[in-house]
Amino acid sequence: MTAAMQFDAVTQHPRGGLALDLVSETVVCRASGALWIPARHILVVADMHLEKGSFYASRGQMLPPYDTADTLRRLAGEVAGLEPDQLVFLGDSFHDRDGEARLAGGDIESLRLMARGRRLIWITGNHDPSGPCGLPGEAAKTLAIGALRLVHEPVDGAIPGEVAGHLHPCARVKARGASVRRRCFVTDGERLILPAFGALAGGLNIRDTAFSRLLRPRPLAAVLGAGRVHAVGWASLRDD
Amino acid sequence: MVSAIWMPEPTTPLPEPFAGWFAARGWEPRAHQLEMIEKGRQGRHALLIAPTGGGKTLAGFLPSLIDLAERPPRNAAPGIHTLYISPLKALAVDVERNLMTPIAQMGLAIKAESRTGDTGVARRQRQRVKPPDILLTTPEQLALFCAWEGARRYFEDLKCLIIDEIHAIWPSKRGDLLALAMARLAVFAPDCRRIGLSATVDDPDLIRDWLSPAGKDAVDLVRGAPGAPPLVEVLLSEDRVPWAGHTAQHAMPEVYEAIRGARTALVFVNTRFQAEFAFQELWRLNEDSLPIALHHGSLSAEQRRKVEAAMTRGELRAVVCTSTLDLGVDWGDVDLVIQLASPKGASRMVQRIGRANHRLDEASRALFVPANRFEMLECQAAREAIAENAFDTELPRTGALDVLAQHIMGCACSEPFDLVALHDEIRGAGPYRNLTWEDFEAVVDFVATGGYALRVYDRFARIVRGQDGLWRARTAEMILRHRLNVGAIVSAAMLSVRISSGKRATPGRKIGEVEEGYLEVLDVGDTFIFAGSTWRLMGVTQMDVLVTPAPGEEAKMPSWGGSKFPLSTFLAQRVRAMMSDPDHWRALPGDVREWLEIQRDRSIIPGPDEMLLETFPRGQRHFLVCYPFEGRLAHTTLAMLLTRRLERAGVGPVGFVCNDYALAVWSMKTMEDLDFAALFDEDMLGDDLEAWMAESPMMKGAFKTCALISGLIEKRNTRDNKSARQVSFSTDLIFDVLRRHQSDHLLLRCARADAAQGLIDVARLGVLLARIRGRIRHARLDHLSPFSVSVILEIGRQKAPGEGAGEMILLDAADTLIAEAIA
Repeated sequence: MTAAMQFDAVTQHPRGGLALDLVSETVVCRASGALWIPARHILVVADMHLEKGSFYASRGQMLPPYDTADTLRRLAGEVAGLEPDQLVFLGDSFHDRDGEARLAGGDIESLRLMARGRRLIWITGNHDPSGPCGLPGEAAKTLAIGALRLVHEPVDGAIPGEVAGHLHPCARVKARGASVRRRCFVTDGERLILPAFGALAGGLNIRDTAFSRLLRPRPLAAVLGAGRVHAVGWASLRDD
Repeated sequence: MVSAIWMPEPTTPLPEPFAGWFAARGWEPRAHQLEMIEKGRQGRHALLIAPTGGGKTLAGFLPSLIDLAERPPRNAAPGIHTLYISPLKALAVDVERNLMTPIAQMGLAIKAESRTGDTGVARRQRQRVKPPDILLTTPEQLALFCAWEGARRYFEDLKCLIIDEIHAIWPSKRGDLLALAMARLAVFAPDCRRIGLSATVDDPDLIRDWLSPAGKDAVDLVRGAPGAPPLVEVLLSEDRVPWAGHTAQHAMPEVYEAIRGARTALVFVNTRFQAEFAFQELWRLNEDSLPIALHHGSLSAEQRRKVEAAMTRGELRAVVCTSTLDLGVDWGDVDLVIQLASPKGASRMVQRIGRANHRLDEASRALFVPANRFEMLECQAAREAIAENAFDTELPRTGALDVLAQHIMGCACSEPFDLVALHDEIRGAGPYRNLTWEDFEAVVDFVATGGYALRVYDRFARIVRGQDGLWRARTAEMILRHRLNVGAIVSAAMLSVRISSGKRATPGRKIGEVEEGYLEVLDVGDTFIFAGSTWRLMGVTQMDVLVTPAPGEEAKMPSWGGSKFPLSTFLAQRVRAMMSDPDHWRALPGDVREWLEIQRDRSIIPGPDEMLLETFPRGQRHFLVCYPFEGRLAHTTLAMLLTRRLERAGVGPVGFVCNDYALAVWSMKTMEDLDFAALFDEDMLGDDLEAWMAESPMMKGAFKTCALISGLIEKRNTRDNKSARQVSFSTDLIFDVLRRHQSDHLLLRCARADAAQGLIDVARLGVLLARIRGRIRHARLDHLSPFSVSVILEIGRQKAPGEGAGEMILLDAADTLIAEAIA
C-alpha cells in the first residue's frame, strides 16, 4: 500500500469526522479527538489524564480544578451523540495513581451515567498501571477488535492494526505564511496513534523522532479543527 | 566646568573633604547637586530631573556620601545605609566603578558593592553577613531580598533608596514589583528617604506620585539645568524618499557617509530584522572597513557583551542597534545618533539622542532617516517637538495584580504577615494606592489556592493562616520554589542558532539565539540574514535552529513585523496637524510636498480632527482605506472589528492590512455606499471586542505572562528542568479551560487588562472612535490615492491575521493534500 493510495481512502464521515481504513477496519477520527469504530459501535478515547489539575495543585502549582469535568463533559457529548456499545479508555485515563481518589462526586456520577447500558474498558497506561478501583468497567492491558489491537503505548516494530495513545500527537500546520498547532491523529495506514483527550494534556509534535520510530515515512495527520477534522499531508507540517 | 548662572545662594556649603575634592578637579558643584544635599539634610524625598551629562548620578549619591563620611563611629557593624536600584545589571556595575573613584580619592571609609544576577555566590553570601554601606542592585534582586527571612533586620538601618533611570522603570510591571518592595522597605526602615533620578519627562508629577509613600507632595522636585538643545537633522536624501517601505535602503550610502564623518555613531532601528538588514547594507558599502557592529535582543548575551566591551574601549565606529541600547553605561565617544526609519515617539527619541555626547554644554547631534513619506512627516514632527522641548504624555500607573500575587508570596516567604497590616503596607506603593480590599483578598486567595470558585485545593494551599492569625508559606519547598521564580520579566523561549555539521546535520558551533517564532515565516532551505551573515535554514530541533552558511546568496526578507513601539499619540497629533496645514508643508522637502499636493488634488487632505476614508476598486476587489494615525496595534484591533461588521453587512471582506498610519480592508462587494458612521460606531468596543479578544493569540500570550509572573506556572522548577517551550503550550490549555469554567478568574482579568493596554490598544481605539464621530471624510475614488500606496504595498508582507485564521490554515493545508494526492 503506497501513501497516495491510503490517502485516497480518506473521506468525511456522514456523522462527522474523518473516515479512514486501518488494515481491514474502517475507523472515524472525530473532531473531539475520540476514535469511532462504526461497524462495531465502539468509541475509543486516549490519555484523558483526569485530575491532572489537582495533581499539580498538590505540588504547589494551582492549575484549574476544572479539567476533569471539562474532559468528561466532552466525552459525555460524544457518548450521547454516537451511543456506543463499548467505551474504551486507551490508558493514562488518570494523571496519577491517586487520581481516582481525588475525583469529585459529580465527576464520578457522570462516569456512572455513561457506563449505563454499555461496557467500559479501561486499558492500563504508564500513569495508571492498575486501572480504576471503584468505577464501573473492567481493566485490560490490550484489547483485540477484529484486525485491530488496542494498547496504550505503541510497541516498537510494525504491528499492522495497532491503535495506541501515549504520545499525545500534535501537528504544526503551515499555510498562508503562518502556522497553527493542533492535536491530531497520525497514521501510516497500518498503525494509528490517537491524540490526548484530556483538557490539560500537552502534545508532542509528530515530526519528533518518537513517531518516526513507529510509523512509515510521511504519515498522514488527521488534525482537529473547529467541529471538523482536516487531513493534512506531510508537506504542510512543520517542527515546533 | 559650568557657569554659576543656575546656582541659587547655597544654603549648605559643601563640607570637607567634598569641597576640596571638587576644587582639586577644577569643578564647582552644580546647583542641583547642592539642592539634593539640602534635601538630604532636611530628610525629604526628592525626584531629580536632569539631562544626561549633568552629574545626575553623583547628585543622587552626594547626600549619602556626606552622611556616611560624617557618621560617628559605632560599636555594632552597621547595616546597609544606601540602596541603589538600576534597571540594568551593567549600569549597577558601572555606577559601582564610578562611585569608587571619589570614595578612593577622598579617602572615605565607605564600602560600595554591586549585586546582580551575575554576582558570585561567595560575594553574595558575604554581602548578607557583612552588608556594604552602599549596595547597588536591580529590582529583581531587591524582590529576592524581600522574600528572605532576614529582610527586616537587614534593612532596618536603611537611610536612603536611590532609583536610577526611574522614567524607564515606573510605568511597567518591573516598576510595580519595585514599588511593592519599596513599600516593604518603608515598613522595615520608616526613616528611609527615597530619591528618583530621571531623564526629562512630560509630567514629573506622575513619577513623584509613583515614588512617594503618600502622594506627590511628599516628594520634592529638583531640576537640573537644561543641556544645550540637541541638533537634529532630517536626512533629505538625494534619492527621493520612497512612497512606502521600512528599510530606508535608498538612504544607506548617505548613512554610511554620516558614519564616516562621525567619531562614533549609534544607528538606532525599530526592529531586529531592520537591524540585520541595515547592518548588511552598511557592510556592503563599507569600503573603508570601518569597525561597525550589530546589537539586538536576538543575539546571544555573550555577543552583546562583546560589542558593549568594544564600545567601552572606543574600538567601534558604529553600532546598529535596537532599543537594547536605549539605556546603558556612558560611552563618552558617541557623537552622532542616527535614527533609521521613524522615531515613533518624542520621549524615546530624546532618550536615544542623549546617548550621544555626555557633556552638558555641547549639543548632541542626531540624524533622522525617514524610510517613506509618512515617516518624513513623522520625522519632521518629532524634530519640531524636540526643539520645543515637548514630550509624549504618560498615564498614571495602576499596579498589576499578577505582580502583587508574586509579592504577597514573597512576603509570606520572608515572615508571617497579618492580612490588614499587609493591605495597608501595599497601599503605600504608588501604583497600588487605590487597591481595594476585595481585590487584595482575591489576590491572597489566588496565592493560597489558585483563586478558584470550586474550592477543592484548600489542603494544598501555598500559604496558610496559623492559629496566631498570621499567614505564612506552608512548606519550605514552596519558599524555595518561589525564590527560583522571582521577577517580572518574562522573556520568550529562546532557540540556539547552530551551524549544522556533517551529513546527519548535528548541531555545531552556536552563533546566537533567536526567540521562538522569530523564524516562523521561513521554510527549510530558505536563506535569511542573522548576526550579520546570510544562512540557510536546515531544520529546527527541540532546542536548536540548524543552519549552514550561505554567503553571497540573496536572502529572503522575512516579515518586518512592524515596530514594537506604536506611534505615540502625541506625535500622531502633530503629524495630523502638520499634514492638514498647507503653510506647514514648506518645512518639508519638495517631493513630499508634491505628494501631499497630489493627494489633495486626487482625494482629500483631512482636517486635524477628521479621519479620511477612501474607497476604490482595484483588481477584482473593492478597497476601503482609512487613516486614523493611531499606531499599528490600535489599527489591527480596529480592522478585526470592522471585518466582523463588514461580514454582517454582507460585503464579503477578504483581508486587511495595517501600518502605523492607515488600515486597508478589501472585499468581494463594494463598500462605498455603507453607512460609515454606523460602521465606526463606538459600540463595536462592546460584544464584538469581547468575542474577538477571547480568541486572539494576543490574549493567550498575555495570559502566559500573567501565569508566569503570578506564580501559577513556574518558570523554573526545582524538580525537573522543564523548558519554557513546554510551558508555552500548556498555558494555552489552562487558558481555554479557565475561560470555559471561570471567565472572571483573577488571571483572566489580568490578561484582559494587559492585552487591552499593551497589545491591542483598546483605550486608544476608544479615543479615536470618539474623536471621529461625525468627522469621517469619505473620498469616493476610481483608483488608489497617493496616501494609500504605503499601506497597499504592505499586502502580502504581513501574516494572515488573527481570528479564524487557524481554521483557514487547516483548510488550505487540506487543499494542499488533495493537490499532493492528485499529482
